[in-house]
Amino acid sequence: MAKDLARYARRRRKNWVILGLSLCATGIGLFFLGAIIFSLLTEGLAAIRPSLFTKMTPAPGSDGGLLNAIYGSAVMTAVGTVVGTPIGILVGTYIAEYSRGNKLGQSIQFINDVLLSAPSIIIGLFVYQLLVVPMGHFSGWAGSTTLAILVIPVVTRTTVDMLILVPNALREAAAALGTPKWKITVSVCYRAARQGMLTGVMLAVARISGETAPLLFTVLSNQFWSTDMNRPIANLPVVISNFALSPYPDWQRLAWGGALLITLTILTLNITARFLANIGSAKQ
Amino acid sequence: MVDIPSSSSVPRLRGPQHLFDGLFRGATLFFGLFILLILGGVALSLVVGSSEAFRIFGLKFLWTDTWNPATNKFGALVPIYGTIVTSIIAMVVGIPLSFGVAVFITELCPPLLKRPLSIAIELLAGIPSIIYGIWGLFVFAPFLQEYVQPFLIKTLGAIPGFGMLFAGPPFGIGILTAGLILAIMVLPFISSIMRDVFETVPPMLRESAYGLGCTTWEVVWRVVLPYTKVGVVGGIMLGLGRAMGETMAVTFVIGNAHRITSSLMAPGTTISSALANEFTEASGSTYQSSLIALGLILFVITFFVLAAAKYMLIRMQRQAGN
Repeated sequence: MAKDLARYARRRRKNWVILGLSLCATGIGLFFLGAIIFSLLTEGLAAIRPSLFTKMTPAPGSDGGLLNAIYGSAVMTAVGTVVGTPIGILVGTYIAEYSRGNKLGQSIQFINDVLLSAPSIIIGLFVYQLLVVPMGHFSGWAGSTTLAILVIPVVTRTTVDMLILVPNALREAAAALGTPKWKITVSVCYRAARQGMLTGVMLAVARISGETAPLLFTVLSNQFWSTDMNRPIANLPVVISNFALSPYPDWQRLAWGGALLITLTILTLNITARFLANIGSAKQ
Repeated sequence: MVDIPSSSSVPRLRGPQHLFDGLFRGATLFFGLFILLILGGVALSLVVGSSEAFRIFGLKFLWTDTWNPATNKFGALVPIYGTIVTSIIAMVVGIPLSFGVAVFITELCPPLLKRPLSIAIELLAGIPSIIYGIWGLFVFAPFLQEYVQPFLIKTLGAIPGFGMLFAGPPFGIGILTAGLILAIMVLPFISSIMRDVFETVPPMLRESAYGLGCTTWEVVWRVVLPYTKVGVVGGIMLGLGRAMGETMAVTFVIGNAHRITSSLMAPGTTISSALANEFTEASGSTYQSSLIALGLILFVITFFVLAAAKYMLIRMQRQAGN
């Protein structure tokens, strides 16, 4: 009896120790999230001034901002999203509505999921050889193409997930009215899945707005104001990377400012997307 | 899914609607095939781009440790070594942490906190690589250099044999720092998959185990984990694939030195950081081709790791469906 009690006490002790460790693990995860945001705020807020949004990237030692980089990033992200989103939606539609789990649909979904986690730097190398080498120079278009390729798998994935949730009764009801299939998909299924699909697009924008590595190979950057998408164009991630690695304190400060800007944008997008998804799932 | 007859079998539908139907279906199929084309194009462009390097150096490229742009001699061993070692560190540190987070969220967390906590952890995945990079360089690496590394050198470094992993001066930046940052970066990916698969365990199984008098830990270790092991391994592989391809964060903190040292504190390089650092400045076609060859190696490794991960997660899904 005493032996059994001792064993029971030991099992309970082990339980508490391990569950305590799992609490620590969660604490460590949250600690790093907090630490990163704290550093961004303490270092970055000093750089957030009106001139950050009105002036161009400066030469070392002189005053400046990130206007050209913000503009370049906004344009390339917009083009990448506008090109990538419809493609992603169509691919998702094929997988969820037309392939009905046949071999082709399954392989497309499988490859799409691999592309979703594939290193973005590889996509950068691909676009470098596809566009930069034949054109002979880096360009904003090449960067937008890279970003579009990164958008597609994210949008495809959420489109599939959302279309599968649309109840079949809706499709059947529409079909019984004699609606053609394309119209069922567009006016019934898309409408029912709208919120979730929007979430996917927002997550995709969040993902590409911080992408740096593939842009190094495709856009490079530009120290000056340029709206020519056919030429290298300034963009936030590459400017942050260059400025952070520079030895000049004012460049490093701008890098922190840009980093804070990007992170706030992305976190806002992420939280809003999840909030939307929440409303969507609460409705069902 | 119920099969809705396609419009072609319904005689009434003729004219523009019929045409639209065909066009729409065609467009979805076209872009579906486009996905396969992208993957094929990526593979092809890497093979073509790296052909010169493999022609000159042969398969020896894979296990040669020279990387000398001055003499145009290149080998992939050092970056491959760096990629593998940083990923191992990331997994050794990241897997227990992710497991802990998943266990906490599924078994311990009060229901009210579950969602906010999951979202907070997943936000770690939203922070871009470059942010981890500059935070790692300016905050984390100096911290490690000042407090953690001297301690590791004094304690673990003194153990004969094993100690050489922790020998040498504390640089701050280096392979260990890169591995630790990667561990933080993969944590949200692995833990969210673990959490999802843990939740597929039928309540009946859990309750039966509790009914027999198991502690929470025993339920997790003896019931939940065996039931979900395929999914857990899939999640780990997905994290591994991410860790191996991660670029900017690693580039900032690894020190970019093309040499293999026994100490984990020494600077090193990985495939992705070598590419990010050198690609735009690579002069000469052999140099550039060798870098693309590194890209091809990374692509092949991550493709197989991610495909295996996906395969396991699909199996898990089927099991949960039954």
